[in-house]
Amino acid sequence: MVDAVVEWSIMLALVLLVSAIGIILGLAYKGFDRKITAMMQSRIGPPLRQPFRDVKKLFMKETIIPDSAVPWLFNAAPILALVASLVAFAYLPLGPFEPIMEGYGDLILLLYLLAIPAVAMAMGGLASGSPYATVGAQRELVLMISYELPLAVAAVTFAYNYNTFSIAEISSQPVWNTVGIVGAMGFILILAALVAVMPGELSKVPFDQAEAETELAEGLFVEYSGRNLGIFYIAEVVKMVFVGALFIALFFPYQLSNFIGLAGPTVPLIEMGLWAVLVDVAFFLFKLLIIIYIGVSLIRVAFARFQIDRANYFYWGPMAIIGLVGTLLVVLENTGI
Amino acid sequence: MKLSKTFDKSLWVFHVNSGSCNACDIEIVAAVTPRYDTERFGIKLVGSPRHADVLLFTGPVTTKMKEKVLRVYEQTPDPKVVLVVGNCGDTTGVYFDSYAVEGPIDTLLPDDAHIIYANGCPVRPENVINGVKEAWLYLEKLRGDDE
Repeated sequence: MVDAVVEWSIMLALVLLVSAIGIILGLAYKGFDRKITAMMQSRIGPPLRQPFRDVKKLFMKETIIPDSAVPWLFNAAPILALVASLVAFAYLPLGPFEPIMEGYGDLILLLYLLAIPAVAMAMGGLASGSPYATVGAQRELVLMISYELPLAVAAVTFAYNYNTFSIAEISSQPVWNTVGIVGAMGFILILAALVAVMPGELSKVPFDQAEAETELAEGLFVEYSGRNLGIFYIAEVVKMVFVGALFIALFFPYQLSNFIGLAGPTVPLIEMGLWAVLVDVAFFLFKLLIIIYIGVSLIRVAFARFQIDRANYFYWGPMAIIGLVGTLLVVLENTGI
Repeated sequence: MKLSKTFDKSLWVFHVNSGSCNACDIEIVAAVTPRYDTERFGIKLVGSPRHADVLLFTGPVTTKMKEKVLRVYEQTPDPKVVLVVGNCGDTTGVYFDSYAVEGPIDTLLPDDAHIIYANGCPVRPENVINGVKEAWLYLEKLRGDDE
């Protein structure tokens, strides 16, 4: 009994720690994203700590709840979005660290946790009683059913290949080592489909129809102000890090410490040297930066916004086909035909 | 009102066209392009008055726009600053005494509204940025009053 209490309180403390780290990392990477975007557009761009300032300012502002809104739903939506994104960190392997809640949740749970912020945003939009927000919420839901198909195809392929849904087991062995050349081609196709899913998942250009500021006046968030908007801002950046970490866990769970001769993750964490942990954490942050650069910044600068029906076609047509062909190749490899 | 220095490092601007001829609007767009790049000061154009710290009005207030101007002003959360860009919002400019114009913005907004002017017909982008600097000075004064 006492042991269980101690174990659960340690777990709780770790979850809180990881949540704080997730928020700080998210805001820092958002700063990188804005700076890199500005440099690609030959601007100077805001300083890296600009997102921290934005959030601090939003928390200082007045929080308005419109008369036409449903107050409890309107206020609950941002908190729900933030909590769902933060909880997901407890189930993800972060760098050299195993998932905190290992054994309590798997890939399917992560897919649901990915969906909750989008649903919360749509709920908040519908509850704010503004026509712009209603249109934004409908677009967000359409977008969600669109990108879920390639995402689910990818998840099923991973589960088939590893015979398990456990994210820790999947990331314990890089996917490229488990298959031959045909299967590797299949997983490259799935990687391509998931890179296309990433901006949709994060509501970034070219899939930001739900909050298109030029047509819909920020869409979903049109009535949000002050603290509620700040919480949505944090939820968005946390989700960015979460999706990046999921990419790393699925496709690139490599650790650097083994290559440079330090005792790496082949031994338990306690026996790893401090330097090995630091090197692995730094390498994880670097991988995250590369993935966010490709999945968010580069695509955002290179493309313009799709119309909502074309976004739907893009995910259900080309991306779903690419994902399914990838699955087929992996199946061919595993059945040995 | 408790403000910290962070506030003026991150001003979000909402642009209201209260009946302008579009010349000032184009100059405002010029201020966010790579040449002037106001984002390096943390200034960002947003799409909703609920997100805004600075309300940027261009043009004299026409009869049709009067109610909307007041409504947008009320929808903006405190603390807020009004930045009037161009001569029209200041004096109604070339539309002086027109039957369709309700008058300069300062005669319509509530008395406690803090209004900053960036004059010119049309304004130069430098002057828009200068107007934002004036907004910083005002926010500094707000901080001074509290401490």
